[in-house]
Amino acid sequence: MKDNQVLRVVAKIMIPVILLFAFYVQFHGDYGPGGGFQAGVIFAAGPILYGLIFGVERLQSVFTIVSLKILIAAGLLLFAGVGFATVFLGGDYLDYDQLNRDPILGQHLGILLVELGVGITVAAVMITIFIAFAGRQNHR
Amino acid sequence: MIDSQLLLLQVTLPLIAAPICLLIKSGRACWAIAFIVTISSFSLAAIVFSYVLTYGVLEYNFGGWVAPWGISYRVDIVNGLIALLVSAITTIVLVFARTSVSNEIKNKNQSIFYTAWLLCLAGLLGITVTGDAFNLFVFLEISSLASYVLIAFGQDRRALTASYQYLVMGTIGATFILIGVGLLYAMTGTLNMVDIAARLPQGVTNRTAQTALAFLVVGVGLKLALFPLHLWLPNAYTFAPSAVGAFLAATATKVAIYVLLRFLFTVFGFNFSFEEMPLDLIFVTLGIVAVISASAVAIFQDNVKRMFAYSSVAQIGYMIIGLGLSSKAGLTASILHLFNHAWIKGGIFLALGCVAYKLGSVRLGALAGAGYRMPWTMAAFLLAGLSLIGVPLTAGFISKWYLFEAAIEKDWWLMLIVIVMGSLLSLIYVWRVIEMAYLRRPDHEEEKSEAPLSLLLPTWVLVFASFYFGLDTRLSVGVAHKAAETLIGYSP
Repeated sequence: MKDNQVLRVVAKIMIPVILLFAFYVQFHGDYGPGGGFQAGVIFAAGPILYGLIFGVERLQSVFTIVSLKILIAAGLLLFAGVGFATVFLGGDYLDYDQLNRDPILGQHLGILLVELGVGITVAAVMITIFIAFAGRQNHR
Repeated sequence: MIDSQLLLLQVTLPLIAAPICLLIKSGRACWAIAFIVTISSFSLAAIVFSYVLTYGVLEYNFGGWVAPWGISYRVDIVNGLIALLVSAITTIVLVFARTSVSNEIKNKNQSIFYTAWLLCLAGLLGITVTGDAFNLFVFLEISSLASYVLIAFGQDRRALTASYQYLVMGTIGATFILIGVGLLYAMTGTLNMVDIAARLPQGVTNRTAQTALAFLVVGVGLKLALFPLHLWLPNAYTFAPSAVGAFLAATATKVAIYVLLRFLFTVFGFNFSFEEMPLDLIFVTLGIVAVISASAVAIFQDNVKRMFAYSSVAQIGYMIIGLGLSSKAGLTASILHLFNHAWIKGGIFLALGCVAYKLGSVRLGALAGAGYRMPWTMAAFLLAGLSLIGVPLTAGFISKWYLFEAAIEKDWWLMLIVIVMGSLLSLIYVWRVIEMAYLRRPDHEEEKSEAPLSLLLPTWVLVFASFYFGLDTRLSVGVAHKAAETLIGYSP
């Protein structure tokens, strides 16, 4: 589809906006509607749109399978790691009060990190699924 | 008093080890991590179980939120036993997996295999220890999705269809469970199981509760391969890698039966499940049909793994009959058979795994003369087969004996005929394999080719257990009895 000028130009304008909006949904999730899962899906929409228009090969020059795998694992490890950190600090699993001397700040920090973990894993999984389906021809 | 953090580690250790395995390339290293994690889960489960045995209940609240508001883990003697069983068998099968998996699965895929394995274990243990109905659904999905992946690793291309079939059926089951949990939530406003039980209106006919129960029974029935809903199981067990077949046969269906017990007794209560709703009649009928028809179908199978997959459906029938007897004795028999069958079926599938490793096929014809070529493997198979039939001195005999007693207590003499007939049918299909292995000579004489010790050892541990629990019933019968008492005790 990269021969179509309208698509190419619109995609180039839209992709940064999509990514920015994803970050807004991610980090404003504490106060408004949103959170890691939604943000991850919106973020993945950017690279997927890029892949649809410019081809999966060019997408894979940034998002290689290896780096996606690392991202998938890293998100989950961040989530579980926060849980273990609170245990080591003397609380229950995912008891964010422990993360800071001020329990309210601790809650903020905890949910921010955990949602970031969710966001990273979800975005990486979405892109991986897209590549797995779209890139099938190339593996044959 | 032990630290309740142990309860948490049981589930989170495999969960955090899974992404670590994903990052490691070497299959051997992944196996080592998986093994360390499973064996620690097993020891934690043993500590928790011994605690629960003396003190009753162990609880753990997540994130510092107290029980009805937050998610909590809650272990009593029933799920303590199941967690111990699941982690013990997983540890033994994992020892087997090291050699078997490196033979069946390409090295570059092994890290994903062990990742899925650990996720499946985390899901199964999570289902077992959680005290929250929605959390249970989430863990059910984790373990199911991981098991679809594990089955798809089979060498045969039909493994993909089998996995896809299971995916479709499993997803329908999970959706039904979710609808059931949703209805309960709509009615009571809480997801904590004990809290739901306290808030369910008692003594009045409640349509929503009846619908919720119906959805849950059908949904869980799909997961545990209750008779007419069992169609995914034979293919899944047959075409999965050998270690996965044994792992799922010994743990996944058992955990699903636990979920059924938990909902029927703890959440809905005995009176609602068996007196207001006609579940006893449904369970007994389906159980009888399962025992007779699945055993009969097993006789005509040409693939030995498939034969014993059908046999699993029949054995689940026994557990469901025990449940349908709706008495303390029946429930004890169910839990006892759940416990014993896990060791027996695990042993049989591991022995078949040895056969697949050496002979490359588990078709009945390929087994000709296997008794001479692989004496230790086939001896293990023979002993586990005897236990499956229910010969005295074996674990299978004990659980069938208790089922007998429970049926007689209700004066259901006809049930005796069903149980004996089921045993005779299983004698026929076990005999078909034994005859082929010991009485037929292969077409061309081949020398001995016994499976390596790393495969034989775990097989024999399971076979030994299926005899040990036939002789020393203090642990199995004692705990099954207490577990049945605990479950019935939840009802007002």
